[in-house]
Amino acid sequence: MSSRTTILEKIKQNQPTAISELPNLGTLGLESFEILDKYKAVLKGIGGDFVEVLNYDAIISFVKKNYATEKRMITTIPELAEIAATDWFNDDPHSLENVELTLVKAHFGVAENSALWVTDDLLGQRVSTFIPQYLAIVVNKKDIVATMHQAYDRIGNQEYGFGTFIAGPSKTADIEQSLVLGAHGARGLTVFFMD
Amino acid sequence: MKSNLEHSEAAAIFNKDVKRVDWHDETLWFVREKRDKAAHQIPEWELLRETASEIKNNVLSNMHDYLLEFESNAQKNGITIHWAADADEHNKIVHSIMEKHGVKQMVKSKSMLTEECHLNEYLSEKGIDVIDSDLGERIVQLRKEPPSHIVLPAIHLKKEDVSETFHEHLGTEKGNNDPQYLTEAARLHLRDTFLTRKVALTGVNFAIAETGEIVVCTNEGNADMGVHLADVHIACMGFEKIIPQRKHLSVFLRLLARSATGQPITTFSSHFKTPRDGKEMHIVIVDNGRTTQLGREDFRSSLKCIRCGACMNTCPVYRRSGGHSYHNAVAGPIGSILAPNLDMSKNADLPFASTLCGSCTNVCPVKIDIHNQLYKWRQVLVKEGHTPLGKTVAMKGMATVLANPMVFDFAGKAGRFVMKNMPVLVNNSLNPWYKQREMPAPPEESFREWYKKNAKESKDKKDE
Repeated sequence: MSSRTTILEKIKQNQPTAISELPNLGTLGLESFEILDKYKAVLKGIGGDFVEVLNYDAIISFVKKNYATEKRMITTIPELAEIAATDWFNDDPHSLENVELTLVKAHFGVAENSALWVTDDLLGQRVSTFIPQYLAIVVNKKDIVATMHQAYDRIGNQEYGFGTFIAGPSKTADIEQSLVLGAHGARGLTVFFMD
Repeated sequence: MKSNLEHSEAAAIFNKDVKRVDWHDETLWFVREKRDKAAHQIPEWELLRETASEIKNNVLSNMHDYLLEFESNAQKNGITIHWAADADEHNKIVHSIMEKHGVKQMVKSKSMLTEECHLNEYLSEKGIDVIDSDLGERIVQLRKEPPSHIVLPAIHLKKEDVSETFHEHLGTEKGNNDPQYLTEAARLHLRDTFLTRKVALTGVNFAIAETGEIVVCTNEGNADMGVHLADVHIACMGFEKIIPQRKHLSVFLRLLARSATGQPITTFSSHFKTPRDGKEMHIVIVDNGRTTQLGREDFRSSLKCIRCGACMNTCPVYRRSGGHSYHNAVAGPIGSILAPNLDMSKNADLPFASTLCGSCTNVCPVKIDIHNQLYKWRQVLVKEGHTPLGKTVAMKGMATVLANPMVFDFAGKAGRFVMKNMPVLVNNSLNPWYKQREMPAPPEESFREWYKKNAKESKDKKDE
């Protein structure tokens, strides 16, 4: 008998016979608070930064002023082609190792934990938000939801091969609980809020 | 490498360095306080815990069907599913995937299951080089130690220790103890690893039956760096990681990081549904004793665990004995109810490594009644003859004394006499009660003696 059969049979035999019903999630996440303020406060608290911008031109000038634009910049946002390359989607992902800044869009953000939801259709390549030294994510102000419950309502049955919530820069506290930003992924995250 | 010391013996060694134990205790308590702060910011925290618990109860009672649903959906997503009855089969499956691709190197993010299965040792015997990419795990791997905590693998080490280790293995400056500098060194060293490995192995935090996807949570981004740059992704999970629907992640992702470290969420919560175009993804579903635990009515709810580590951070015994004293991949209170299921005789000491104070149960995000299960395991272990003979004899002796008033009276008198006239007989290192505390001064008389006298006196008074 295969292990699959043995395991499944044993599970069937040993699992509790009384069926426990699934709980209703409808009563969760209904607390009301100022969504954008909460988002900003939490993001600051976990080491991220934000900039409110009116349009893509404002992002371009911010990036020119604050990042080393002579280094490699990549994006999936056509409006940012002036400052970042848009021709790398089919390259070997390893070739992205020297990227200084990746700029992508998020579907939405979550106020309670400042996480941003991105999926592979926004990423160009799955590794694009993990491999650069710095990361910038653009999100519409109206696309911030309160809690993870609204977040998954919004995701619903969305089809993706890969999706991730990104909350702040990569970090570790594995050495004596001292927080260090930039463990393996981005050392810094800037969130651009668009109207 | 596996320690054969009992928990109490290992804890005694750990306790020799008083300053260090105090530091360990305080560091973990600091994490526990961060958890409290995060939890208190959510007014519906208790409802969240209850909801998570109910979802997991539902999973336990539908495990068979959910696993089939998960398997079929994952296969539709292009993922290969493997089933492993035990650690050995798990290790063989992983190795066979490496062999099929002719690859001798692997990068691995955190997976307590692979620690449980001793995968690294197995692969190393087969000539495969495994590099753990979580910073804490890399530190302990370089030191040839197991992790001492499921979330904070190197929590038992001071920065000076890490500095020494990195100086020896990564060539960092001797005596430079700056965590920022040391982390940067590890970042550079591991970046090279990520860029050159063709196989990446990860654990699984949640597997969703409805969609056939898995979720992996990290702060460092190491799981993603490994997987997205590799040709083959192997994800290993105990079958209890299954949850019914995608929307249930909302509950667990709100609880997990807040319970673990007090963060509102981990930096990355990655949902892997299909392999990258032209690449491979494998999921190994492991039993290794879990089906047996599922059948133990008193202990099956231990399978609800989401591995946040909150029970360890709050445990007064864990904080003062260190993770290694539990000689099990998962230490602390939850480890002590999982371990006896894996090997009763080897882990019979662990359910006794607790004060049964119940703090673990109070912080558990899925409401496992951990301290009750520790207490119940003790009864099972004694019944099945896994406790030391000395303890059994002592307990039987105690039972005889307590059941017989004459013997009890005599034993009390003898005890008081000894403590008064020959204190050295009890105030010595052979008596475990004397450790770190003075024996109390013996009373002049026992309560029985006092009562007899006083009851008589007051009766005489009444009669007057």
